Formats: sequence, C-alpha cells, structure tokens
Amino acid sequence: MRPHPDAPEPPSADRPVLEVRGLRTQVATPTGPKVVVDGLDLTLAPGEVLCIAGESGSGKSMAALSIMGLLPRPMARIAAGSIRLNGRELTGLGEARMRAVRGAEISMIFQEPMTSLNPVLTIGRQVGEAIEAHRSVGRADLTRLTVAALEAVRIPEAARRLKQYPHELSGGMRQRVMIAMAMACGPKVLIADEPTTALDVTIQAQILELMRDLRRDHGTAVILITHDMGVVAEMADRVVIMNQGRLVEDGPVLDVFERPRAAYTRTLLAAVPRLGAYADIDGPVRSAGRSGAAPAPDPARRPRPVAEVRDLTVRFDLTGGLLQRVVRRVHAVEGVSFDLFPGETLALVGESGCGKSTTGKALMNLIPWTGAITIDGTATHGLGRRAMRPVRRHIQMVFQDPFASLDPRMTVGDLVAEPMRIHGLARGRELDDRVAELFRRVRLEPDVRDRYPHEFSGGQRQRICIARALGLSPRLIVADESVSALDVSVQAQVLDLMQELQAEMGLSYLFISHDMAVVEQVSHRVAVMYMGRIVEIGRRRDVFGDPRHPYTRKLLTAVPRPDPRDRRDHFRRLEGEIPSPVQALDYRPPPQRFDEVRPGHIVDLSGAPEQAGG
Amino acid sequence: MRVLRALVRRKLALFGLVIIIVVVTAAGLAPWITPYPPDRQMFDGLTLEGAPLPPNAQFWLGTDLLGRDLLSRLIEGARTSLIIGVAANGAAVLIGTLVGVTAGFFGGWIGAILMRATDLMMAFPALLLAIVLAALFTPSLWIVALVIAMVNWVQVARVIYTETRSLSERDFIEAEWGIGAGRARILFRHMIPHLVSTMVVWGTLGIATTVLLEATLSYLGVGVQPPTPSWGNIIFENQTYFTSAPWLVFFPGIAIILLALSFNLVGDALRDILDPTQKGRH
Repeated sequence: MRPHPDAPEPPSADRPVLEVRGLRTQVATPTGPKVVVDGLDLTLAPGEVLCIAGESGSGKSMAALSIMGLLPRPMARIAAGSIRLNGRELTGLGEARMRAVRGAEISMIFQEPMTSLNPVLTIGRQVGEAIEAHRSVGRADLTRLTVAALEAVRIPEAARRLKQYPHELSGGMRQRVMIAMAMACGPKVLIADEPTTALDVTIQAQILELMRDLRRDHGTAVILITHDMGVVAEMADRVVIMNQGRLVEDGPVLDVFERPRAAYTRTLLAAVPRLGAYADIDGPVRSAGRSGAAPAPDPARRPRPVAEVRDLTVRFDLTGGLLQRVVRRVHAVEGVSFDLFPGETLALVGESGCGKSTTGKALMNLIPWTGAITIDGTATHGLGRRAMRPVRRHIQMVFQDPFASLDPRMTVGDLVAEPMRIHGLARGRELDDRVAELFRRVRLEPDVRDRYPHEFSGGQRQRICIARALGLSPRLIVADESVSALDVSVQAQVLDLMQELQAEMGLSYLFISHDMAVVEQVSHRVAVMYMGRIVEIGRRRDVFGDPRHPYTRKLLTAVPRPDPRDRRDHFRRLEGEIPSPVQALDYRPPPQRFDEVRPGHIVDLSGAPEQAGG
Repeated sequence: MRVLRALVRRKLALFGLVIIIVVVTAAGLAPWITPYPPDRQMFDGLTLEGAPLPPNAQFWLGTDLLGRDLLSRLIEGARTSLIIGVAANGAAVLIGTLVGVTAGFFGGWIGAILMRATDLMMAFPALLLAIVLAALFTPSLWIVALVIAMVNWVQVARVIYTETRSLSERDFIEAEWGIGAGRARILFRHMIPHLVSTMVVWGTLGIATTVLLEATLSYLGVGVQPPTPSWGNIIFENQTYFTSAPWLVFFPGIAIILLALSFNLVGDALRDILDPTQKGRH
C-alpha cells in the first residue's frame, strides 16, 4: 500500500537534510535477486526524530544500510532510487568519497554495543579514532575532544574511562560510547538501528533520553529503527511503518497511533501489549482479546502447589590466579521462596543478572543449587540424572531463543517425538499419532514433521518447542523469556496458545520475562527479582496497581508506553547502573524483612538498594 | 544412496570421486595392469650413459635411476600410499575423536588427564616419536600406518575437544538434558552428528600430510622398505636428480596433490550434504 496522497508535511518547514526517493534494494539469493526494500520514500527534516517501525524482515535495517552505503557487498545492492543528504546525491558516490561522508555528515549505531566495539582497544583510542577520521588534531587536543565526546553522552568520570576496555563497561555504557563515536564529528543525521533492544528497560530509558537531548542540543536529526511501538510513541515526531520491504504508512506520530490508515498498522498496534491496560482485571487476559482466560485459582481452596521453592540459593564460584583458587562468587540467587499452584501463571520479572533465569534452571535441576524444591510432591535436591527423570515428566522448559534450542540436525518430527521416546510413553504407530496430535495442538500441520528447524520461522519454532514440552503432559512449564525474541504479532499468537493450553489442561507456568507489559497480560501473580532476591510478590493486579518496592516502581516507570500522548518528559529518576551480583568470598547477604501489605502481597522492607531508590 | 546422488550432482565432488575411483581401481588391479613388473631393472630403461629415460612411447612416464618403469612403480605405489593415507589417517581421526569427545563431554579428572596427555604428545617431536616406534617394531606397511596414526591423532583430539566443549554449552543440549535425555543419547544423537564435518575435514586434509610423513619416514629408513614403492619414497629417492630428471619428482608429486585434492573435494561436499541446514544451497 502507498502512503496517503495528502500525507501531512513534516513539522519543520526547513529544507530536508535527508531525502530518499523510490529506494529499491536487492539481495542476491540462490533463487535469484530478492527485493528487500521496494520503493521507499523518506523525508527527514533537520532536528526531527523519524522512527522506522516494522517486524523482522520488513526491510527497515536494509533501508538504513542502503542510506549509509554499508550494504553487504556483493550480495546486496541498490537497484534504483535516489538518496540525497543535504542536497547531495549519495547513491553514485564511490566508497572513498562515501567514507568522508560517513561519520562527518551521517552516522549509525547498532543494536549490539559489545560486538560493535573492538574488544582489544581502549575506549579512548576508539573514540579518538572516530574524531581523527575527519579532523587532524594534535595529541593534547585529541584527548580533550575525546573526553568532551564522552561527557556529551553523559558518561561519568569520562577521563578515567579513556583507559578502559569495552568489557569493563556495562551494556548501557557501551552504547553511550557507540553514540559518542557516532556523534564525535557532529553529523547532522544519526541512524540508530534498534539501539536499545539489547538493553534492560531502565538502561533503555537512559539511552532514549540521551538521544532526545542530543537532538535538542545539537539539532541532530535521528532515524530510529525499532520494532518496539513503545519506543516509537516515546520518541518519534514522525513514523514510517514498513512491511515486507514496502512503506505502508507515513505520518506524524499522533496520527499513526490514533488514526492509523493502513490495515497493517492497525494489526501491528493491536498486537502491542499495553502496560496498565488490564489494571482493573484480575488474572491474565487473552491477547487475542477474547474472554475466557483461565480463572485465577481460588486462594481459599488452594490445592497442593505444583512447585514449592524454599530458600533457593545459587552461587557460582569464580576462580582466578595461578592456582585457580576461588576468588569471588556470583550470588545469582539468594534465598528465594515461592509456591506455584496448579493452573496458575507466576511471572518472575527483573533485569539481566537478577537471577530469574537461574531460578528457572534450578527448578529444572540443570544447575547445582541449595535450598529445597518440591515438584509435584517430589523433593528434587540432590537427585541424580536418573532419579530426576520421572520428575521431568511434570516440569518442562521452553527457552528464549527458538533458533538455538532445537538440534538443527534433527527433523522437527523426531524432536517432538524424542521426549516421549525417552520416557517410553509411546512407540510405533501410537507415537506417530501422538506427534501428529501435538503438531495440531500447537496449530502446525502434522505433515511438516519431516522438515528441519531452520525451515521454520521464529514463532513456528517456539510452537515446536511447546509441542515438545507438551508431549510429556507436564503440570508445569518454565517459560524462560519464551516470547522475547518474537515479533509482537507472533508473540501475541504464542501467548494466546499458551493461555489456551493453560485453560484446557490446567497447566502452570513459571513465566520468566523482562517485559512488564507482557507479564501484566499473562500472569496471575508476579514476583519481582532484584539482585538474586524476590523484593515483591503478589497478585498481578496488586503489584502493578499498587507497587510498594522502589525497584518495582522504577521498573514500571521505565517501560515505554505505546501512547504518544503519555510521553514522559524525562527519565531523571532512572539514573544508575544495574549492580553486579559478583561479591567477595566473605560476603554475607543482609537479611530480608518482609511485610504483608495485603493478603498474598509481600514486600521486602530491608532497605531498598540505593540505586533503586528514587 | 541419497548421499551418492547428491555427490554426483556436484561437479567438483564428482571430479574428485572419479579420481579416487580410478586410483583405488588401479591400486587394486596393480599386479595385472602395470606395463612392467615394478621392480624389474630394465637394460633398455637407461640410456647408454646410464641415465634415466624421459617419458616416451615405450615408457609413458619415463624410467628411474635403476631403469625401472615409473608408471608401473606409481601404480604399485598407489597401494602403499592409499593404505597409509586412508587407513593411517582414518585411524588417527578416530583415535583423536574418541579422546577429544571423551575429554570434552565427561570433563572432570578424566578430561584433564586425557588433555594433558594430548598436550604432552603435541610437545614431543612427532618425527622422533615415529622413529622410536618404527625402530622398536620391524618396519612394514602396517607398522608404518600404525606409527603415523599414533603421531597424527593429537591435533584432531585438540580440535574435537574444543568443539565438544562449545557444543555442550549450546542451548539445545541444555534443552535435551531438560527433557530427561541420557548421556548416551546426547552424545550419539546430538553431539557426534555435529562433529562429523570436522572429522571429514581432518580425514581428507590429513591424507596429504600423511602421505608426506610416510615419505619422510621412508627417507630416514624407518618407513616402507625398498624395493616396495610408495609415492613418497619415489620422490625422496629421486629428489637430488630433480634438475636432470624432473619427471621423477613431478609425476608422483602430481599424483599426491591430485589424490589429496580429490579427497578434499569429496570431503567438502560430504560435509555440506550431511548438514540439513545447507540443503538447497550449492
């Protein structure tokens, strides 16, 4: 679909800094050239934030690489169209002249700040190189400029950071360094390709605010490429929605969110989970909008829990020195206790390193731990592989990355049949029938069973993982960030499937996630983890509606809302890094004091960690 | 059958396969197809001055210093070189894989001992070890093959060990533990298939070095004993006459390169064919 003919003019009346007309980018594939960007038109006014939004495969990153002249050669090339930067045509420019443009007039930052920085060079050296690439400066001046560049992206103690290496910095700090490098020569246009996708929400908020400030202070125009409609609503002046290489909608942010013209935009927006949308509803809500979510288990007549966790502690030793002695310890999980009841979804939320995934793996007995865990009446501490096998029929796990959690050399039919084979549940014809039934159960055609995992999309693979888990008829599924890697529309389908299975089979989920909006939608109860501990646990409605712990509040404020009218002016209260759980050997965690705010809603009072305070 | 058909469909692999079949057939039929007995020193195989003959109508590839037919010796030598190259190298890859997988998969003190032993073997000069081993046993074709296998498995073990360790960390292996799969299943169904490509690459790349190692051993007198020809010892016997009789080094050299290349081409193709994610790409 083409943009509406009378699409509104950009807010600025100035001459556009960047104009893209009829851009068409092709990628060579074994089956012939494939058009990945098809007739894209963009106009970027000075100081404007333009968001390009779309799902994976929409061509948004390819469009950015085309503009930067960074297409992977010789597979990809610009087949047609024009790209004008400050009135100068970029498409015919040779590599040498393009290099003079990149960094000086237009810069780009990428999703993964670790891989975009050279691990063996200091920060100072790398930022310095970015400056020297376009300016000849003396040694003393270079240091001064480098420090200034780092200070401009608000890196604390910038002078001391010059000597540090990328691995000594946190993800958020690395992304700041990337931005400092991109901005070092004061380009008029900054292209940011999913700059906050790999970061935690509180850090994401900091980076977004930084980008806003850069725009305000330097008048830099920003093209922000993202799949996250929350980020779009928070940042954009104008929005371009792309789907399968084509522009489907282009307009001011309010119009796109409130009066979307294209059907695709409406579907995309409908699939976005909105934080606070279910504030007055108990328990989970089906993402498809249908009613009939699993009713919350009645607290008065609670049956025996499927899983009881008491004082779970997981510590990893870090060795060092010549003798490989234990020098420090990672306190991944520190004294976590909770119950999980049949038919219930308990969400574990928190940021990276808080111990939520480790808790899930301890439940699966995949790592050594101390404390007590009872799965369906069986205490699992110290159980060997063989003794654990019967317990695994009751508890199964679905991992985050559906591309990595299936053996690429087995057909999906064999993969789904494998758990049943291992546990001797069926064989021969019966096994075939069960596999076919499982495929239907997760809404895949049974005749795809002879294909290999790489032939499926992310969402389909995650269904295959679920089918595999379901083969054992478990009572509890640990879903570790199971929908985080998926596009929102696919995410909604998988969540819907999970909820449907829960309603029909009385499954319990331990839903591990960093995404507050998804958690609000699917869970009965929520446990917030921070530094290896549960700092707040309670019914979803209570925790989201009346958060008591400062960290819970911080997490909830940090989530970008997919509503451009609800923009936060600043995220000042979100300063600070996520603390590290690595501690000295004699570290004794301070005791926790709990208060029951209301039945079932328990908060840790033992002094909120200073960073979380605001 | 599927694998064979896929091989034939790839031009380069087909080329390699044909060469291998030709060499294997020639080696197998050597007693019947050599134009002259490979050990016979012929009077008309030398010039009047006693120099070897360049390729001509009677002796297609020329003759060597003793007036023996080079073509006959190459065909006979193919047997030796194939046995050394395929058997010795195959054994090396198998031993290396076994050690590497065991150390990488089970880890702990077994792994530590195995890998330290491997490091020790690596640090020890391979040629010296081969000479010692060959001196202990009476040199024969099979002993030489065994000696080469004992020397060559170390690199394979190192590579396989590293790969096994990184495989063990992959999500899908953790997922297998999660569904209750036992050690044997994980090892044989989920890890070994991923190691096959490395084994194939080493199995084919190693052939060329193995043939040359055999030649070195022959040269030092602890390899295949004369008058039994091997491609390696033909080169070494004649290398000093390279300027006056270049064909004596040139033809066996070509034979070694061609055989090694063929195994490489077939090995590469096999690796792709056995990997389902490569399906449909060429």
